Amino acid sequence: MEKQTAVQSLTETMAKFTAYIGKHLPTDVEKKLAELRARETKPLAKAIYLSMAENQDAANRLDRPSCQDTGVIQYFVTAGAKFPLLGELGDILAEATREATEKAPLRHNAVETFVEKNTGTNTGTKIPWLDWEIVPDDDSVTIDVYMAGGGCTLPGSATVLMPGQGYEGVAEFVFNVISSRGVNACPPLLVGVGVSTAVETAARLSKKALMRPVGSHNADPNAAKMEKLLEDGLNEMGIGPQGLTGTDSVMGVNIESSARHPSTIGVAVNTGCWAHRRGRIRINADMSYEILTHEGAKL
Amino acid sequence: MSKKVLTTPIKDEDLEDLRVGDVVYLTGHIVTCRDVAHRRLIELKRELPVDLKGGAIFHAGPIVRKLDDGKFEMVSIGPTTSMRMEKFEREFIEQTGVKLIVGKGGMGPLTEEGCKKHKAVHAIFPGGCAVLAATQVEEIERAEWQDLGMPETLWVNRVKELGPLIISIDTQGNNLIEKNKAEFNAKKSPILEKIYSQVGFIK
Repeated sequence: MEKQTAVQSLTETMAKFTAYIGKHLPTDVEKKLAELRARETKPLAKAIYLSMAENQDAANRLDRPSCQDTGVIQYFVTAGAKFPLLGELGDILAEATREATEKAPLRHNAVETFVEKNTGTNTGTKIPWLDWEIVPDDDSVTIDVYMAGGGCTLPGSATVLMPGQGYEGVAEFVFNVISSRGVNACPPLLVGVGVSTAVETAARLSKKALMRPVGSHNADPNAAKMEKLLEDGLNEMGIGPQGLTGTDSVMGVNIESSARHPSTIGVAVNTGCWAHRRGRIRINADMSYEILTHEGAKL
Repeated sequence: MSKKVLTTPIKDEDLEDLRVGDVVYLTGHIVTCRDVAHRRLIELKRELPVDLKGGAIFHAGPIVRKLDDGKFEMVSIGPTTSMRMEKFEREFIEQTGVKLIVGKGGMGPLTEEGCKKHKAVHAIFPGGCAVLAATQVEEIERAEWQDLGMPETLWVNRVKELGPLIISIDTQGNNLIEKNKAEFNAKKSPILEKIYSQVGFIK
């Protein structure tokens, strides 16, 4: 394939996929919501779950973004070092964002800071936001597209604990964030927790944690145990859909971690709303692709 | 049980029997009004380009499509986090005479006070259900302050049975979400104690 043709092909794929994920929830989230709906017992909470299901049906039928807040577009790129368009990928994703904004259509959500003007294109300084990881000896690229609305972005918090506060301090931090600010973030939430050294390392990991499927577990047994303890504990609070109380509070808790400085425990919390609009796509060297998050998806 | 439907202009007596947790629907007009519109009225003392006496506002920044005939189509409209407007809402109610504030999540003591004093209510539309709400908008009749961009423009919508709207602050100043948050916080400590005993990973 000529390079120019390849660039065009990939831009079109990513524009369509970006628009698509604003209209359809990933399969893991759909299944989890159906499960939570089925076991809810409070009448008001049941009615809210029903509105949510009706909304997703309507979004599908009318081909519209299911939530009006289609976020600032973020792409988490896991790129093979030998992917043919590695150098072009940043520009391709910006162009894909512009096209998706017009065609989906997406809400205009990029406000230039200090200038305080909406660009009207969902592109701007460092927007769409790109996160990169490079994989040696691979010629494909895997991209997570994520649309986080303002509502579920607002609770985001990070801090650095002293080691004496331990993992008990981590649990307390997570509970404080969710009980005080999670209520407004469209629960049932997916909670992403980063455990690391500093605020920025923990914060990045907490967002990466939200890219993991609902119901997946950290490979470390202690981290997986803590995911379960936090999930069960938060559910026991009974926040319910939209904070109106109910059987559950969260779709799950995902923890990602790194090694840490012996003197610090960096911890961060990011929340994904019930309309957790993320999608993962793998692009091969010949620009053919496979959608990994949405069963039966057609672009 | 039949649907309880409020119609604009809303009168004090339409709201006096409503209590937090009640579910209502709205027919008539509702204007989107969020961060900058509140700031312009309260802080910058600019006159709102719409009359909200007896009216309803929606804390929402929708997706709107401009059609070839110059009209606007409501694509997707759901509530945004109401708490962001807490700082301004009491004065907003006082100055505009708005009766119904629709949004998401809770609001605080200033809004409670405004609702109680001026007989207004805050209601929650289920967040994220933006296509559901868009299908309840019959027409966008006007668009004011378009210089603010798509999310912040004051979109004047004619709606039919917009809802479900869950009353979260009533005219007596009861606050459903604050009450719920107090319950969540009360449960927090005993749950955390159970967790603490199992996460002593630093040995």
